[in-house]
Amino acid sequence: MTRYILRRLAISFGVLLVGSLLLYVMVINSGDPLEDLRQSTANNRDVLIQGRIDTMGLELPWYERYWGWLTGVAGCFYGACDLGTDRSGTDVLSLLQQSASATLRLVTIATFAAIIIGVLVGIITAIRQYSGFDYVVTFLTFLFFSLPVFWAAVLLKEYGAIRFNDWIADPQISVLQAIVTGVILGFILQGIMGGHIKRRLFTGGATAIFVIAALLYFTYVGWWRSPALGPVIVVLVSAAFAVGLTALITGLGNKRVLYSTLTTVGVGAVLYFALQPVLAEPNWWILIGLLVSAILVGLAVGYFWGGYSRGQAMGLSVVTAIFMAGMTFLDHLVFAWAGFLDLKPRPISTIGASTPNFQGDFWETTLDWGTQLILPSILLTLISVATYSRYTRSSMLETMNQDYVRTARSKGLSERTVIVKHAFRNALIPITTIVALDFAALIGGAVITETVFGWKGMGAMFKEGLEHVDPNPVMAFFLVTGTAAVLMNLIADLAYASLDPRIRR
Amino acid sequence: MSEDRRDSAMQGAPEPLPHAGGEVEEVKFAEKSFSQGQLVRRRFFRHKGALAGLAVLIFITVLAFSSIGIGSIPGWWDKDFATTGTVVDGGRPTMGWLTWGEHPFGQDTTGRDYFALVMRGTQISLVIAFIVGIGSTIIGTIIGAVAGYYRGWAESLLMRVTDLFIIIPLLVFAAVLGSIASGSGIWALGLVLAAVTWTGLARLVRGEVLSLREREFVSAAQAIGTGNWRIILRHILPNTIGVIIVATTFAIASAILLETSLSFLGFGVQPPDISLGSLISDYQTAFTSRPWLFWFPGLFILAIALSVNFIGDGLRDAFDPRQGKDG
Repeated sequence: MTRYILRRLAISFGVLLVGSLLLYVMVINSGDPLEDLRQSTANNRDVLIQGRIDTMGLELPWYERYWGWLTGVAGCFYGACDLGTDRSGTDVLSLLQQSASATLRLVTIATFAAIIIGVLVGIITAIRQYSGFDYVVTFLTFLFFSLPVFWAAVLLKEYGAIRFNDWIADPQISVLQAIVTGVILGFILQGIMGGHIKRRLFTGGATAIFVIAALLYFTYVGWWRSPALGPVIVVLVSAAFAVGLTALITGLGNKRVLYSTLTTVGVGAVLYFALQPVLAEPNWWILIGLLVSAILVGLAVGYFWGGYSRGQAMGLSVVTAIFMAGMTFLDHLVFAWAGFLDLKPRPISTIGASTPNFQGDFWETTLDWGTQLILPSILLTLISVATYSRYTRSSMLETMNQDYVRTARSKGLSERTVIVKHAFRNALIPITTIVALDFAALIGGAVITETVFGWKGMGAMFKEGLEHVDPNPVMAFFLVTGTAAVLMNLIADLAYASLDPRIRR
Repeated sequence: MSEDRRDSAMQGAPEPLPHAGGEVEEVKFAEKSFSQGQLVRRRFFRHKGALAGLAVLIFITVLAFSSIGIGSIPGWWDKDFATTGTVVDGGRPTMGWLTWGEHPFGQDTTGRDYFALVMRGTQISLVIAFIVGIGSTIIGTIIGAVAGYYRGWAESLLMRVTDLFIIIPLLVFAAVLGSIASGSGIWALGLVLAAVTWTGLARLVRGEVLSLREREFVSAAQAIGTGNWRIILRHILPNTIGVIIVATTFAIASAILLETSLSFLGFGVQPPDISLGSLISDYQTAFTSRPWLFWFPGLFILAIALSVNFIGDGLRDAFDPRQGKDG
């Protein structure tokens, strides 16, 4: 196994090297780097041209320029990184430090959201094959496959940001809007739940009534402008999550695991109150520390309750603890929304990765990031969701037709066990490959998204570099995305090995 | 149980039926024998989504090429895409439910007829997409077949190039190549894009060829001394034609999106030429004041890509009903 991974890494490294050479040569031959100066009418034109020739090393042959760049990059291995300068003489490394975090944040969020949503939707459509829900999702995936990203981005800017901001200034939901939303959601949910007509009517109707009532109530109490979750909601939702997760993975018959996850929620509830003063004005290090301690709590609870199924109890308790931590985080974030709206009356932005000169406490700054991030993330997620749900669906259908699934059914295992343990686990194997392969495409999509949303991210760096025939920024973009793609593939390989024991050698 | 769920779903299903069909027909065909081609055609024409897609694509293509004409051949539309004029009524579209009016899609800021502009963009985007689709099919088929049949260097080349595209985003590669080819016209752009989009198809063909070369009919051909190229061309490739046609269709759909994205970023079709992507790029800021400048080219891209994707889905079901049923 180690040998296999090392071999893959070596190949990736070689490909990265060849790719960099290819890209470098292509970029410096893609146009005339002096074009704008040649057309300029400035008096000191010749001086400017000479200056740029010196900064960019244009008088050197291509292999010397490439070699110079490569030795600079090699310095990164012993702490003397030098990615060169762009055409105006700015250090590319410092440019990269400003831009990389925005792009990687975007791509990471989009990847994880797409995996979770896509896999879930894929499983449901596979289980409910040829249902109305399946047809609707199939049509939507085709639509998302065919959607020009840049066009959808402008649409999203208009309807997701500008119209939403108009609405949030005076949030009103009319009875009609609430009813339509409720009926649509109820219709979707009954399609997912399936079953006989009676059951469908019941789930659909109950959902619709609940949604309508909630929407009208929220509007009535002005929840949209000053929302809050509060401890009751946090604990209830977390407990529901704990029960649901246990029911899904081990079944409620396994009391050890059930008690373990519920105890985790209990400990979380105590901590919720105990940590209020700390969470009033935290920073990221405190939050990361708290997340780690939440994981430790989950592990400990699972260990003590676990008994005969200690492994599962620990795993599920950790997931519950992370979920509960997330809910607590969300609770504080939601609570800060009212103050945030005073600072930034039009919350969803269409330009940039953070509001310039934004002053606020920790939660408000985080909200500011979030509101800048949400539209590009939705866009990137939508397109990958289409791919992932499609692959999950066909992969699930394939495994569900296998002999071992029939065996599992015929020996009387519950449908949950058959799907979660026998079919889904095997269906995951091809999905990991797709996720890894798709990562580069996602970064490509990020270039377009950043352009539309005016982010000063790596996509902009790449685009400007290529327009100016300036290799160093383009190569810096390539270095980061290439390394990220290699890492992603490594993770996929590891996941592959843990899913498929045959290659664990 | 799953059988009758499927049947009832088919009867009560809404119009697109991407994955229905298969077994039922084969029972009916048992009395009379059909050739492979007839079977495929029959299954394709039962796929409603694919038929609708085909109709839309033909309509758009005919509309784009007949309205403003090709090159010096004039079309039936009396305006062309380069002539500027006075802006009437803020350039608003004059299209009603049944009437066309003077400027059905409106006018741009300099008074050019937007219908003619969009048609011109559609022409160029379609031409590039077909060049890319066919070019990448030819390259992909040759390399895939050689890699699958001879293995050896062609196979490792294919694998390494695939690795390269896992690491470098396709869009990045295409943007760099596009900016090299820019100014040399749309044919150069199409060929350059074909040079980076063939890997997926090559891998598919290689997989097919790998399994076909172990079959008895290939051994038989080898035993009577048939040359390698003749085996590839006459015995192996005809058996992969389904895979190739389907992959080509999907390649055309993604080529439309790739080209328009590049033109949007400014690395694709260059100014004197117009593509649907460059139209959106030019007018994206006009969304609030002149939304039609933004809506029409985007809707055309969406319609073309969607119809080609549906055709591809129908073809896949037609060539391989077993796979279609599973999704």
